[in-house]
Amino acid sequence: MHVSRESVDDTPHVVIEDLAFRHGRKTVFEGLSMTVPRGRITTVMGPSGTGKTTLLRLIGGQLRPSSGRLWVDGLEVARLSRRSLYNLRKRMGMLFQTGALLSDFNVFDNVAFPLREHTDLPEELIRHLVLMKLEAVGLRAARDLDPSQLSGGMARRVALARAIALDPQMILYDEPFAGLDPITMGQIVTLIRRTNQTLGLTGVLVTHDVVEAMAISDQVVLLAEGRVVDRGTVDEVRGRASEWTSQFLEGRPDGPVPFHYPGTPYRDDLLGGKESRT
Amino acid sequence: MIDFLAGLGRAGLGWFAVLGRASMFLGRVLLSQDAVLRRFSLTVAELYSVGVRSLLIIVVSGLFVGMVLGYQGYITLVNFGAAEALGGVVALSLVRELGPVVTALLFAGRAGSALTAEIGLMKATEQLSALEMMAVDPYRRVFAPRFFAGFVSMPLLAALFSAVGVIGGYLVGVGLLGVDSGSYFSQMQAVTDWREDVVSGVIKSVVFGFVVTWIAVFQGVDAEPTSEGISRATTQTVVVSALAVLGLDFILTGLMFGDL
Repeated sequence: MHVSRESVDDTPHVVIEDLAFRHGRKTVFEGLSMTVPRGRITTVMGPSGTGKTTLLRLIGGQLRPSSGRLWVDGLEVARLSRRSLYNLRKRMGMLFQTGALLSDFNVFDNVAFPLREHTDLPEELIRHLVLMKLEAVGLRAARDLDPSQLSGGMARRVALARAIALDPQMILYDEPFAGLDPITMGQIVTLIRRTNQTLGLTGVLVTHDVVEAMAISDQVVLLAEGRVVDRGTVDEVRGRASEWTSQFLEGRPDGPVPFHYPGTPYRDDLLGGKESRT
Repeated sequence: MIDFLAGLGRAGLGWFAVLGRASMFLGRVLLSQDAVLRRFSLTVAELYSVGVRSLLIIVVSGLFVGMVLGYQGYITLVNFGAAEALGGVVALSLVRELGPVVTALLFAGRAGSALTAEIGLMKATEQLSALEMMAVDPYRRVFAPRFFAGFVSMPLLAALFSAVGVIGGYLVGVGLLGVDSGSYFSQMQAVTDWREDVVSGVIKSVVFGFVVTWIAVFQGVDAEPTSEGISRATTQTVVVSALAVLGLDFILTGLMFGDL
């Protein structure tokens, strides 16, 4: 499989080549290769524990690959100096699963935070920018609330406003739909689609909420056991549907991924009568 | 037996690993100290939360410790007809030992545990990660000002503790037990040496401040990012700090006053 069709007319935003990542003795990725086309939403899906969040941290340079290479915007992330890495991150937003708002600040100051840290803009202008970002996520009126007063969905919307505060070229979304009620979920889905389309951003979305993800993705990458199992547009992936893919997409409890934790046959266990005591 | 030895080895290696991480952490925090001046407003905020908010416990404890010293000193000294020497006893005990040590223990309990919990919580809620991803260095933004604030506050609090303790001793000794006010202070002046006693005490409190803050901030950063992890780290801060303070006090006392 070669680069996806979107990247033919444009350089890919993220390129990953034969990447391996090990954490202690555990191998998270082995021989992982994929590309993220510019200006599109790429969704990375896979069962829990396949290292989806780890992938985002590798892209953001918070973790270094054990081997293999990873480029963002043509820069090899693991080889950047701290300063260059920080400059790259200013062009990158990240939406954390819990929002990760700074608990010392209220909503307004949280969104203003990257602007105050990285620009010398006058306070008046910062106020305008922050109100614009908050208006975009529908929380302009909630600017004086503290993070502890926000619901999970609201916190994520504020975090999204903060992530786009510096007008990045790419946003990494870590499980943006986890644990939300249907209305809030709909709001977040709409917001992600709208911000990405209007601002022409590259989005990398990590999730296992199949329906929502399929609705907004241009490209889907399925991960399992440290490598890419399938990738392509939503329709392509659906159409191909290997047994594993269709089990995952339809959420069937049993199939190539077994319901039972692997072990000795049930019958032997019942009749054998031996139990190792610990 | 082999299991025991293996366990012992593992624990030992674990300790060295922690020590290594703690040292690397300290190195980076010290290298980031220029942020303390550049972002002075952040440092002031931390001085307030670490230092000023520990004032109450330090002042009240200092007063009571001084009062108890006044009592106990008087009871012993009066047997030898030397009750007038009370001022010297109170001041020496406070300035040399109790001031730095008790302040450090209280400081670990009040400010140290708060630092650990705060930083641990920032880690568990991904705030530290978020700072990094916003291209803001947590070492400069979060750790350096906190470390500096703890390091500066601790000796000041210890000095305050000793001063209030002297007043406590005065209240009991002079006010309650009838020691002469003039001799309380003149004795104090006569036996307390600036270099031998006061400077030694200040050095101790500086060392304790450094160590306790280091332990507290590092435990927060190194905490497992879960609720249990944070509570364990907070306990660890108090326990490890207390042991470190008492152990170091022994060594420092030996170096300063004995011929160790």
